[in-house]
Amino acid sequence: MKATKKEWPLWEVFVRSKNGLEHRHFGSLHAADAEMALENARDVYTRRNEGVSIWVVESKNITASNPDHNGEMFEPAQDKVYRHPTFYDLPDEIKHM
Amino acid sequence: MSEEQIKSLEAQFEARIARDEKIEPKDWMPEKYRQTHIRQMSQHAHSEIIGMLPEGNWITRAPSLRRKVALLAKVQDEGGHGLYLYSATETLGITRDELFEQLHTGKAKYSSIFNYPALTWADMGAIGWLVDGAAIINQVALCGTSYGPYARAMVRICKEESFHQRQGYEILVTLTKGTPEQKEMAQDALNRFWWPSLMMFGPTDAESPHTAQSMKWKLKRKTNDELRQQFIDQTVPQAELIGLKVPDPDLKWNEDKKGYDFGEIDWDEFWQVVKGHGPCNKERMKARIAAHENGQWVRDAAMAHAEKQINKKINKAV
Repeated sequence: MKATKKEWPLWEVFVRSKNGLEHRHFGSLHAADAEMALENARDVYTRRNEGVSIWVVESKNITASNPDHNGEMFEPAQDKVYRHPTFYDLPDEIKHM
Repeated sequence: MSEEQIKSLEAQFEARIARDEKIEPKDWMPEKYRQTHIRQMSQHAHSEIIGMLPEGNWITRAPSLRRKVALLAKVQDEGGHGLYLYSATETLGITRDELFEQLHTGKAKYSSIFNYPALTWADMGAIGWLVDGAAIINQVALCGTSYGPYARAMVRICKEESFHQRQGYEILVTLTKGTPEQKEMAQDALNRFWWPSLMMFGPTDAESPHTAQSMKWKLKRKTNDELRQQFIDQTVPQAELIGLKVPDPDLKWNEDKKGYDFGEIDWDEFWQVVKGHGPCNKERMKARIAAHENGQWVRDAAMAHAEKQINKKINKAV
């Protein structure tokens, strides 16, 4: 094998399936630049009308939370039941609230 | 990390899988889980792109425009499936270049079925019907696998795959309604692809050392033998319906097990092909490596162009 050449960078692909819905992560692909990433995303992820809009972002630009820190990150929300409507006692007569 | 800590992490990990939780790329996972997944997922990805070769050969010789657009779309799908799977594999911390190198040096395997030649147009029918049919059975079982990116790729692939099988079967339906020569061509394709299709499910459970571990990780939801039986039971009536004969003299309906009994698979042949001595192993690797090497200048040029555009922007900003 030849010396390792420079690999095309990795891009994350987000697709809006139809207007009214949010863009959703569909997967990733390699491309030399953003324009090519869009074209490849069209060919790889929307061959059967799966989308009306595509976002691509280079993977290295995404900052992700670390699942090892999920405790301090997400647990504080667990004991805050007062943030949910069911926490509050109302008279039975009250219907729509 | 101490050995004890790792043990405790492993226990938590196994418990998560037992609860049907999915494992995502940045989660802690045992090294063996990572390696096994890289091996199986990359083998799956390689099979998709090597699988493009036997069919790609027939695109220019498709007998009608209808057949040509269908075959073209199918082969393009296989390329897409390869890409989903390569991307999913890369989330485990291996690069695309490394994956290709494993394929090109023979370190990584791909499905043996693609080492058989596609000799006639009827083979396009048999491949779609049998090979994609067997693949679907394997893949549906994998949609619930524990590794999130693999399961998601599988769901997408399964959605796209059923057209492949139907277009293949339609080719054979048409041939069996044709001239005696065309019918014979269809039968001949079934004769050659039947047994290799059964081998696609891998060695028998007794000979498959990884099955227990893979079942535990939900990397397999059913055993090789269970999947093979399912394939036979669903495929035999499809052959009968269009007047084709499955080339197995021992094939017989078994009322007790509500399934077919079938003859002994030639496992020597299976292992020969796995070890690289199939009819087309060398040809496939040669075509694959040539495609990769001949495309190098395109990849380099695209990268050079992209870098030039970035530099242009930077210079403008200054």
